[in-house]
Amino acid sequence: MKIFVEVEGKQHEIETTSELPLMEVMRDAGIPVLASCGGSCACATCHVYVDPAWVDRVPPKSPDEEATLDGAFGIEYNSRLSCQIAMAPELDGLKVILAPDAIG
Amino acid sequence: MSENHMIETDVVIVGAGPCGLFAVFELGLNDMKCHVVDILDKVGGQCAELYPEKPIYDIPALPVVSGQELTDRLMQQIEPFKPVFHLNQMVESLTKLDDGRWKMMTDAGTNLVAKVVVIAAGGGSFVPKKPPIKGIDAYEGASVFYSVRRMETFRDRTIVIAGGGDSALDWTLNLAPLAKKLTLVHRRDEFRAAPHSVAAMRELVAAGKVDLRIAQIAGLEGEGGQLSGIQLKDDKGETSVVQCDALLPFYGLTMKLGPVAQFGLNLHENLIPVDTEKFETSEPGVFAIGDINSYPGKLKLILSGFHEAALMAQQAFRIVHPDRKLRFQYTTSSSDLQQKLGVAA
Repeated sequence: MKIFVEVEGKQHEIETTSELPLMEVMRDAGIPVLASCGGSCACATCHVYVDPAWVDRVPPKSPDEEATLDGAFGIEYNSRLSCQIAMAPELDGLKVILAPDAIG
Repeated sequence: MSENHMIETDVVIVGAGPCGLFAVFELGLNDMKCHVVDILDKVGGQCAELYPEKPIYDIPALPVVSGQELTDRLMQQIEPFKPVFHLNQMVESLTKLDDGRWKMMTDAGTNLVAKVVVIAAGGGSFVPKKPPIKGIDAYEGASVFYSVRRMETFRDRTIVIAGGGDSALDWTLNLAPLAKKLTLVHRRDEFRAAPHSVAAMRELVAAGKVDLRIAQIAGLEGEGGQLSGIQLKDDKGETSVVQCDALLPFYGLTMKLGPVAQFGLNLHENLIPVDTEKFETSEPGVFAIGDINSYPGKLKLILSGFHEAALMAQQAFRIVHPDRKLRFQYTTSSSDLQQKLGVAA
């Protein structure tokens, strides 16, 4: 499957078959995602904006993710922590923007 | 709070996370005395700061343990070795002395000299998260503060506190009586903080002593380093301005490599390469264990750091006690080790 990640205005296309969290897929592809806690939903530094067309198609936010987002900046309705979105075939074509506070 | 006298010891450990704490144990079993420095005001590193209540499932023989409980158990385990902690401070420099020992200075003025240095600094130093707002740097120090050193600084000021965790709420409660006016800004009407703090904050809001605004900071207004107001945006996109002359953003902490980068050690992608026999850096006598090191096959797991601590301690012994023979012993059967642990029959 393909996913599209925008970092500081630049588009990156990632081809993956992984079902790991989006954060790890981005990191493995060389996207400079900070993710300082390593994916334990504790630091909010893997913040992404999910493309409006995809907001309802990614798995919903847990209360823990909502609370951890308190540590991020510029929260919008489509703000998510990418460590909490497990990749799956139905997310083929997913588009996200890496939030400024998640760029390492 | 300067204490400029020199502290001499066998080993200085930089970082009081789980690997740094367990290093005290392994070094202690081999008769080395440790001082431990950490930038946080508590021990435990990420376990205590980022996920004290979150479960860890891959510590051998502990099917589940929280970050805080793991920290508490390690403190109990190393207690016989009486490590000395220097908390709330960061090692700023590392220099080699003519006699081969290492000298370290902390930002609080603590002066340490040791035969061996163990860098167990994990992801680096914890520093407050800075809101990515254009121009915020210009206000830091006069109007924007990431910590409260002296409460009096805030007397009769018009304050905005931003955030929804314990720091935001604790300082709201502490500064409200001093402030001319205090506004708490948080993105949602729920707070992940101690329930009694949340209740106390709600009482102040109900009594009109604190303004609570459910919104996010969108920008800053002011000039010459002096804030005059904060632009807010609520979840409907409506904007407004709150007058203020001080802003305290409390969005938690993040990790930065910090002064370790200037220690003169070889670095690779912000990690410290080590060998896998001794976990020694490019400088003999300086070791790196835990998340901050790198070697082929490295896994950033707490259990890897424990293993690294045990092997590091063998080489550290040769440096600290060059005249003594290293003996491999089991805690189960060695009366010598049991004596050190204070459990000898």
